[in-house]
Amino acid sequence: MASLKELRNRIASVKATQKITKAMQMVAAAKLRKAQVAAEAARPYSERMAKVMANISAGMEGSDSAPKLMAGTGSDQNHLLVVATAERGLCGGFNSSIARLARDQARDLLAQGKQLKILCVGKKGFDALKMEFSGILLDVVTFREIKNVGFAQANQVATQVLSMFDDAEFDVCTLFYSEFQSIISQIPTSQQLIPANVVVADDVASDADAVDVHYEYEPSEEEILEDLLPRNIPVQIFRAILENAASEQGARMSAMDNATRNAGEVIDKLTLSFNRQRQAQITKELIEIISGAEAL
Amino acid sequence: MSEAFSFELVSPEALVLGGEASEVVVPGSEGYFTVLAKHSPFMTTVKPGIVDVKMSDGEAKRIFVRGGFADVSPDGFTLLAEQATMLEDFNMEELDQDIQAARDDVKDSDGEKKAKAEAVLAQLEDSKAAVEAARN
Repeated sequence: MASLKELRNRIASVKATQKITKAMQMVAAAKLRKAQVAAEAARPYSERMAKVMANISAGMEGSDSAPKLMAGTGSDQNHLLVVATAERGLCGGFNSSIARLARDQARDLLAQGKQLKILCVGKKGFDALKMEFSGILLDVVTFREIKNVGFAQANQVATQVLSMFDDAEFDVCTLFYSEFQSIISQIPTSQQLIPANVVVADDVASDADAVDVHYEYEPSEEEILEDLLPRNIPVQIFRAILENAASEQGARMSAMDNATRNAGEVIDKLTLSFNRQRQAQITKELIEIISGAEAL
Repeated sequence: MSEAFSFELVSPEALVLGGEASEVVVPGSEGYFTVLAKHSPFMTTVKPGIVDVKMSDGEAKRIFVRGGFADVSPDGFTLLAEQATMLEDFNMEELDQDIQAARDDVKDSDGEKKAKAEAVLAQLEDSKAAVEAARN
């Protein structure tokens, strides 16, 4: 049984931990709001982009002249996995769930005898994957020093990916990140970047008027598409980074909420046993005094 | 007073400008063009340069844009720009740095890449000229 002094120290230290987790939770809440605003602000661009892509590619369906970024290189032997995670830990299962998804897919692909390369965005994913895939882990891009990750950083990643594609280093590129659903649920997601999967969004499809309109293109549709596809890559990566940022803060918020609650429980338990022990000691001392008095 | 139409200038990070405009001049990759109300549906790529916007309340705005698309639809005009800065906030030094980087690219590369790098450089120099012309 721990002594009274030990118990008192432990209560103090758990209380200090609780204060820290509480503060972290509040910081995460504030950052989450900011991340959500940023994600909100970026939405119009990616929505418009998707709409334009859908418009043009609908007209290009089945044509042989489709650019490589959309049609693919015709093989799927070489894969590139871009794994986007956070820079910091202490956010529950956020980093490990993205890493797990990427790892499962990587094992799958390797089992099928494909060539594989991995590019990490964010330090934590790199840490999680470097043991198993040290040979094929290409590089890690970290934004640790950058406070607000902007489009420029996404562009930097995209440039790297695109130049690798131009050098025919891979055929298929998949991006891993975590989709922000709510504070308590973030869904690790994989998205194929190259060749581009053009998904016609529901609202575009139902908006028949918009599709029916006959557009004039200048230069030709093919040239616009060829210009558009490489631009779409940074937009998708930027979106993933923003989703990730919101997810990370959400995950941290709930993790820290849990930690705060746990610390509270531990404090209650420790306080209870502290009080009990103190009472026991008082009782013991009283008995000693009384029996001492009786002996006289 | 000419008719107004809805105009949006979006960059990846934010909606830079949105509202009713009466006239927008855009540096298209095949030449400058002006969008007025009821422009026929039209789509083009945009080269770096200055976009001149006349809002329907008469306010004029000049914005430097880099890389993007113009999408004129019956509902309005959307300009997607990878980078959009109000001309008064524009930082010439950054552009100069980019031009310098582009020059280095031209020097270091060859073949198909060189042609690409040269195209980028030419566009950047064009846009610098456009900014300078707009400032003076």
